[in-house]
Amino acid sequence: MKKIRIKTSYKFLLVMGAVYLLLAVFNFGYFKIALSSFFSMLERIVPVMFLVFGVMVLVNLFFTEKRMRKHLGEGSGVKGWLYVIFTGIIISGPPYVLYPLLGELKEKGMKDSLLAVFLFNRNVKIPFIPVMIFYFGWGFAVVLSLYIVLFSVLNGLLVGALVKKRG
Amino acid sequence: MNFKEAVKKSGKNIIGSLPIMFSVLLLVNLVLPLGKDYYLKLFSGNLLTDPLMGAAAGSLSFGIPITSYIIGGELLLAGISLVAITAFIMTWTTVGVVMLPLEGKYLGKKFAIIRNGVNFVFSIVIAILTVATLNLFR
Repeated sequence: MKKIRIKTSYKFLLVMGAVYLLLAVFNFGYFKIALSSFFSMLERIVPVMFLVFGVMVLVNLFFTEKRMRKHLGEGSGVKGWLYVIFTGIIISGPPYVLYPLLGELKEKGMKDSLLAVFLFNRNVKIPFIPVMIFYFGWGFAVVLSLYIVLFSVLNGLLVGALVKKRG
Repeated sequence: MNFKEAVKKSGKNIIGSLPIMFSVLLLVNLVLPLGKDYYLKLFSGNLLTDPLMGAAAGSLSFGIPITSYIIGGELLLAGISLVAITAFIMTWTTVGVVMLPLEGKYLGKKFAIIRNGVNFVFSIVIAILTVATLNLFR
């Protein structure tokens, strides 16, 4: 018999569905509150998701993985630091997808400090900025993004030095 | 990549993130009404303990940044301090306790431990600075 494999994300959704079903049976009042709050949250998010989609298309159109790889190698200098900040912001994807790629780049000579800078800048995600603005406002999005970029350099220098020191 | 491929890839990414996003939203709406008073006691608005706890919570969670913005935004509406939420958002992406073995496997154990430790501290510093900067302009 063929074994059906369900992705973890779908398992999570199924579990949540089951929890809500149980809630509907045992505490219908609470179920109604939670579900209506879920739908009102969804109503607020859906329009922003269309914007996220549009920005994602633009990013995928103009920034390819191949183009990024070219500029991150050893001896890339100041340009490499700037490029790695830019790449960290632009490239999206879950860590389990990015780690193998970064491992490969490390083997090819990418410095620890640059790896740290890349990973720190993952926090600035242009396609998701509309959602951040929606919840926290323009000021917050700008200030936080600027601090992340500034601190990413310090972070890279510190991580690079500490890894080297503990050689 | 041409336009059609870019649309396809982006659509796939968005659709792929929907189950986890729906699940997280369902979970948030299940827990928020229960913990509203508890959260408000736990996050008292203290400039040091709030970001520390927010950072700890974010370190134990993981996922795409958008999920942390949604959770953070809803927690903000529930009355939790912005400094705690900022630290939470920061560590959500930059510190990954769950992902530590995987990061160690590809980038080296020492690198992974040092990077996560430094990021945890930096997340708290950035959270405090961000809120302090915003308060300056208010």
